[in-house]
Amino acid sequence: MEAYTVLLVVIPLISAPLTALIANRHVAWGLSLLVGAATFVIALMLLQDVITGRVIHYELGGWKPPWGIEYVIDALNALVAVIVTAFALLSVLFGRQSVEREVHDSQLHLFYAAFQLVLLGLLGMALTGDIFNLFVFLEISSLSSYALIAMGHKRQALVASFNYLIAGTLGATFFLLGIGFLYAASGTLNMADIASRFEQYDAMALVITALLFILIGLALKAAAFPLHSWLPDAYTQAPSMVTVFLASTSTKVAVYVLIRCLYHVFPQEYWSQLLLPSFLLLSGCLGMLYGSYKAIQQDSIKRLLAYSSVAQLGYMIVGIGLNNETGLTATVVHMFNHAITKGALFMAAGMVFYRMHTTSLHQLRGAGKTMPWTTGAFVIGGLSLIGVPGTAGFISKWYLLQAALENNNYLVVASLLIASIMAIMYVWKIIEALYFDGEEKLHLHQVPSGQDIVAAMPLATLCCYLLVAACIYFGLYTDLSLDAAKTAAQSLFAGGPAR
Amino acid sequence: MTAYILGHLNYWLIIGVMMIGMFTMMSSPNLMKKLAGLSVFQTAVILFYVSVGKVEGGTAPIITDVATRYANPLPQVLMLTAIVVGVATMALGFALIIRIKRAYESIEEDEIHQQIQKEELD
Amino acid sequence: MSESLILRVVTKWLVPVILLFALYVQFHGDYSPGGGFQAGVIFSSGFLLYALVYGVDATTRVLPEAVLRIGACLGVLLYGGVGVVSLIRGGTFLNYSVLAETPVAGQHLGIILIELGVGITVACVMLLLFYTFARNIPPQ
Repeated sequence: MEAYTVLLVVIPLISAPLTALIANRHVAWGLSLLVGAATFVIALMLLQDVITGRVIHYELGGWKPPWGIEYVIDALNALVAVIVTAFALLSVLFGRQSVEREVHDSQLHLFYAAFQLVLLGLLGMALTGDIFNLFVFLEISSLSSYALIAMGHKRQALVASFNYLIAGTLGATFFLLGIGFLYAASGTLNMADIASRFEQYDAMALVITALLFILIGLALKAAAFPLHSWLPDAYTQAPSMVTVFLASTSTKVAVYVLIRCLYHVFPQEYWSQLLLPSFLLLSGCLGMLYGSYKAIQQDSIKRLLAYSSVAQLGYMIVGIGLNNETGLTATVVHMFNHAITKGALFMAAGMVFYRMHTTSLHQLRGAGKTMPWTTGAFVIGGLSLIGVPGTAGFISKWYLLQAALENNNYLVVASLLIASIMAIMYVWKIIEALYFDGEEKLHLHQVPSGQDIVAAMPLATLCCYLLVAACIYFGLYTDLSLDAAKTAAQSLFAGGPAR
Repeated sequence: MTAYILGHLNYWLIIGVMMIGMFTMMSSPNLMKKLAGLSVFQTAVILFYVSVGKVEGGTAPIITDVATRYANPLPQVLMLTAIVVGVATMALGFALIIRIKRAYESIEEDEIHQQIQKEELD
Repeated sequence: MSESLILRVVTKWLVPVILLFALYVQFHGDYSPGGGFQAGVIFSSGFLLYALVYGVDATTRVLPEAVLRIGACLGVLLYGGVGVVSLIRGGTFLNYSVLAETPVAGQHLGIILIELGVGITVACVMLLLFYTFARNIPPQ
């Protein structure tokens, strides 16, 4: 099994240059699909292998850690790898039609090559046990996602991408600076090695500086409040397929890295005496209130969902900040559940955009009658976003609530409830516009004459409903998601993977 | 105190360079200058690493018979990677600026912002 | 483009020297400071100098953009390919020791191939970047 580990990174590494080389859009799509499918199968096999608590170590180049780079796979990053690869596969299937309209023909093969590079970077970030290697993968995924976002069809996409580039590079550079301080204090880059010799460091000033820089860098990448400003524009302007993929994976991976750093690089006993947990709680609570508040005000569905992402990331940050096992379980399971929920919703938004050339709610009044399936996905996805019992969103919020009650932290409980009520408001805003608002004929925008305005998207609808079904399935049967999250949280609290 | 300041002179200079980069990036409305600021900021981090890897009295980390102390090669190798990343970032940033200039006829942030707001009102 | 005779002649003399130095840095990289990245940059700077003096069009006739695109991809494939071969031969990814009969020979072969891949990609990408930006300058 160990030998398959590295294939997760190698397959996209080989396939991306091939895609760019062959320069045929059908081949490019086929290769991306193949990469998505192959990595997904491998990730599932890995997850099955490590869900029992086993840890896989893979030494790259045959160099023994801590000198060489090693990949360490436990339940946590296997789950992250499954999320990333599953969404790569689904978004490639989903994007077949919409990408061809949104991206220029001559760029299609480069688009798919860049997409595979994002996948490569995200998987590398998830698997690696070397902190500098993590930075390199972080930059690979970020640079390619800037390029992907810039391929959006409106000229605003360029500005969104540029702002993301500035914010993202700033975050990555902070992260790099943090690694530098950590290296100066510890003399090693292997995460397990840094953690295992933590007591012996005498320059604690370096360590705390490192912690702060790494934290800020990752918070920028994870779009934690108040460092989220790049996210709404980037998600709104990117091509639909990119939005689906990035919204469901990239911020999740950043949150994963945050967890990894906080538990496997810096010991939990160290940072929990600092003010850090309170800061995380504050950032998370404000994030969910602010994100929900802004979401209510939006008119564009994509932008509304993007602000809702800021809010949902707040939930994950709160889970870490609560600093108990239930909270961490909630964060990990919410990473999974929010990925499927947001994936489904952004897919539905993408289909609306493909058919109507607009995502503006006031132009979509009454669309529920023209597109019953697509808008149906909004309803179920929206329920999961709110956290109605029976949907995936409920499970994670329930655990988060329990974790907050365990700590007797009623402020967090209150903001959770308020944010949920606000979630009802913004989901209702979509549903009201789609079903109950006005009988008037659809006011269509920029539809080229002679084009079928409600063009069928069978493949995309199928993908979207797969995710919608997953929203309900993982709300009722929590074996897979919750078990993996619990194993992960337990091993994190037990002090990291055994060497 | 003076010994402390002088002894850490390289770090003071690096902090200075870093702040110059940050300030340019934050304050300038010109996209090109923003990118330049970002580049300066990244360079400061590179200098920081190389500075950390310096060993007093050490030579370049190549094994020879004469030398006994060597500088730490690892930070230098890491920075080679960081430089590559920096080049890629700059190239992507320039490419975006060129396309922004073509799309908006401007690379001043406030002018672009005005155009975006006008677009959203329509 | 420059009309200066001195520049033109000096460039003609310098370019081969720069390219030769790049090859030295490339293939001596496993014994002395150097390696693929540095060599790639030096190699591309030779062509850059040529382009600055003789014009981008003249350079694209020598090294067309299509060739560079292929080169950039092939370099990455060479790098990944070496890793895959070592996987197939029973080692971990990029473990050069299994590439030849003895581990030492394998390490030599591996690092030279890897650095070659890096060098090709870097040289091609650097020139591609230059072409891409130079195309936006209106001809004088």
